[in-house]
Amino acid sequence: MPLLEIQNLAKTYRQMGGETTVAIGEISCKVETGEFVSFVGPSGCGKTTLLMSIAGLIAPSAGQVVIHGKEVSGPPPNLVLVFQDFNKSLFAWRSVLGNVRFGLEARGNHSREGDGKARSLIDLVGLKGFENHYPWELSGGMQQRVAIARALAYEPEVLLMDEPFGSLDALTRLELEDTLLQLWEELGTTILFITHDIEEAIYLSDRILLLSQRPSRIIEQLPINFSRPRNQMLTRAQPGFMEIRNRIYQRIHNESALS
Amino acid sequence: MNVGKAFNWPGWIAFALVLLIWEFGSRNNPALQPYLPPVSRIFSSLGELILSGRIVSHLMITLSRFLQSYLFAASIAVILGTVLGYFRLAHNLFEAVIEFLRPMPSVAIIPVAVLLLGISDAMIIAVTVYASLWPVLINTIDGVRHLERTLIDTGRTFGLNRRKILWLVVLPAAAPYIITGLRISLSIALILVTTAEMIAGSKGLGFFILDEERSMNSGNMYAGVILVSALGYLLNRLFVLGEGWAMNWRRGMLAREAL
Repeated sequence: MPLLEIQNLAKTYRQMGGETTVAIGEISCKVETGEFVSFVGPSGCGKTTLLMSIAGLIAPSAGQVVIHGKEVSGPPPNLVLVFQDFNKSLFAWRSVLGNVRFGLEARGNHSREGDGKARSLIDLVGLKGFENHYPWELSGGMQQRVAIARALAYEPEVLLMDEPFGSLDALTRLELEDTLLQLWEELGTTILFITHDIEEAIYLSDRILLLSQRPSRIIEQLPINFSRPRNQMLTRAQPGFMEIRNRIYQRIHNESALS
Repeated sequence: MNVGKAFNWPGWIAFALVLLIWEFGSRNNPALQPYLPPVSRIFSSLGELILSGRIVSHLMITLSRFLQSYLFAASIAVILGTVLGYFRLAHNLFEAVIEFLRPMPSVAIIPVAVLLLGISDAMIIAVTVYASLWPVLINTIDGVRHLERTLIDTGRTFGLNRRKILWLVVLPAAAPYIITGLRISLSIALILVTTAEMIAGSKGLGFFILDEERSMNSGNMYAGVILVSALGYLLNRLFVLGEGWAMNWRRGMLAREAL
């Protein structure tokens, strides 16, 4: 049994005046334990809607998300979502330590040992020494590191990430990609990642699911087999890398031209 | 508190100058003294009133009425405001009533309160509660309504139930708004306590000031006025101290925004 299964998921929004927008046409896929899967698609293709449905934050119009054989009907306890807007998602009134501790407190862990655990996670995302800083004192990249540490403190089986590096500058982005891969390899968390950056998806993933324009459906599945641990220079320099990139680009481009 | 702010010499010199002009203007015009006794005489009246304990009982009564009303109003308004801000239906239900009652000058309610509750302690407290309710209520509603959707979704994805989201996310996020309301209400509560005491009291500083004016003891009257302002000033300082402690995380942030 796969860890997570999306079965014929569809989402239609009803707008004011009765008009309807079909965000997700029909999506089905399976995710195995420990996988790193990315959804790539053109902007406005309903990627966020898809992730919010998996996270149980919005109800699908049809179909279902099944985790461990159980249908999702609200935020599942073994899954957490990292938002793109880290500055809106972090708790401004809590320090870095307080934010990360929140992940533990949400699990009901208020113990002293929790403090040590939070500190080691802060260390792991590379923020040692910033424990007592407040989010506004940190750069965007550091803020997203806090958000990731907070999510990991919750010890989720599945980590959903909605374009987490979308608003960061290119260099910070590369650094965070590597931090994320390190954590993933260390902790074995299953990751579902959304991005519109094709190369980022190739660099990070075991598998890429290509989404069409709205109403979105999966138009192609691509296994990514570059060896791990990956390296920003070597992996991206492999001959297959550009080939996959171009193929994905063309596929999305053609798809957009069709609609 | 006044970080890097030098003592305002010119301001204090100007203030001292006004007092000096008052002092000697009054001494040189005996006809003026029933209305404007020399400052020195006002302060000696104040000293006598304090030493004899005569004014202290009035002060204590005003202070106790103020505290009861303010704290009661604040708790009600924060709870009510959170509910009205969070639940759209509740807000729609009460919006018209609030918009109708809010612009009315609160002193206009005093005759109504006298009619319903008579000349009593309950009347003074009811009027003060009513008046100081509004700023906290309106600001709490505003603060809760302006919350980022992402912040609430963050609470949900971490598996918090509604009560915990209110407690751990909504209230702290709305705290800056709530505190603004509390600060405005502080002054309003003091105004209403003294006003109500003037209209319908046999005790309290408001009553004392009016009573001394009617007995032509302008020295005592001014002493009462000074004591009320001192009370207002002290309560405000205390509030600012508490605010600085509670909102410690924002201090540097606001300083940076001000640049």
